[in-house]
Amino acid sequence: MGTDKELSLRLLEEIKRLTAGRERPMRLMEVCGTHTVSIFRAGLRQLLPPEVELVSGPGCPVCVTPDGYMDAAIAYAGMGDVIVATFGDMLKVPGSASSLAEAAARGGDVRIVYSPLDALAIAKEHPNKKVVFLAVGFETTAPTAAAAVLAAAQESVENFFLLPAQKLVPPAIRALLADEDARIDGFLLPGHVAVVTGSETFSFLPKEYRLPGVVAGFSPTELLRGIYRLVWQAAAGEAHIENEYKSVVRPEGNPAAQTMMKQVCETCTAEWRGLGEIPSSGLRLRDAYRRFDFSAMRPLDLPPAPPKKSGCRCGEVLRGKISPRECKLFGKACAPEHAAGPCMVSAEGVCAAWHKYGGGVFRYD
Amino acid sequence: MCLAVPAKIMDIQDSLATVELRGVTREASLMLLPEAKVGDYVLVHAGFAMQIIEERDMEETEALWAEMNGGPRTVNLETVRQGV
Repeated sequence: MGTDKELSLRLLEEIKRLTAGRERPMRLMEVCGTHTVSIFRAGLRQLLPPEVELVSGPGCPVCVTPDGYMDAAIAYAGMGDVIVATFGDMLKVPGSASSLAEAAARGGDVRIVYSPLDALAIAKEHPNKKVVFLAVGFETTAPTAAAAVLAAAQESVENFFLLPAQKLVPPAIRALLADEDARIDGFLLPGHVAVVTGSETFSFLPKEYRLPGVVAGFSPTELLRGIYRLVWQAAAGEAHIENEYKSVVRPEGNPAAQTMMKQVCETCTAEWRGLGEIPSSGLRLRDAYRRFDFSAMRPLDLPPAPPKKSGCRCGEVLRGKISPRECKLFGKACAPEHAAGPCMVSAEGVCAAWHKYGGGVFRYD
Repeated sequence: MCLAVPAKIMDIQDSLATVELRGVTREASLMLLPEAKVGDYVLVHAGFAMQIIEERDMEETEALWAEMNGGPRTVNLETVRQGV
């Protein structure tokens, strides 16, 4: 049957054969930061023919989190009775004027956790403090925060809270496709989001937009399998959802995780950096669990985040409109050590990936 | 953010599993995957087991090779039939 390397080489050959002579490159979008990084790490952009263009979409939850959310988190971190618990990639994200790292340097208690359950443990250790977990993430991460809320309710932990900003991927895809200039020919669908939601969630792509979508894993061969299926469908004039990550993605997803998420959260309008407000694209806590929402328990009166004056074009990068190199700040005023925008801050951000792995063949037209 | 790693369940106490990957052990909650058992390989994300990993079907990779070598399409046919 051959090794992974042999399979990858054969897949590349087929991708080249199926796309040879196309007048316009096929634009395939991934909407998962882990995919973005895996594609770069594997050097797939350099291996694929010019007829296949990989475009990164809004796949990094940190990058799409708006300034206003960071401002709120920073304000809470400055309060003496609050401990802010967060995944590490939020630490350096700039808000309007500062970041959580700077808030910590000013004496704020900001702790990096690996799991929402770690934040819950901190709450139990510090009963006289309010522990606020920054609940950022997509469908993969949302059930973990919901489970932590249920655990807190069950154990009557009254000083554990979320600052909710979780988001859903399908409404963002729809928002992207509402733009007539999107020019996307297919989606490489996020494997770990689909672990929770199931592959069926994406069936609106072929049904409503006649676009193919393939759920893909993260190894070079798994990514090439996904790309091959997309190219194959396009060549055959078909549009279906296929699952190339069957080892963990089932059509129905993870029902226990979905149930828990629905029990604790409901959808709401959410603001996405680069995409603006999208109806039903965010999650907030249901009334029965509202007491765990720190923004409801201790509302802030912050001025709205002013528009960025730095010239940062993260918003256009997130929609696949421009490549990071078309931004004047890229690699100069904006680099991982001194990032102007979130796409450069997060290790999974599109700009950070281009900066780290740059120098190869890049073709956004 | 959606990074997840495979690990093997070595022990389960209540809904907390001890999982191991290449010699590193840590805890993973089974709240989101109550059906997992000792010995299962699971995908772990943010301290939670998210799904049981099933060995990739060798027949599927065989079918992919056959298709690329000019054989009839047999890959993911079920999705085509269902029209999704």
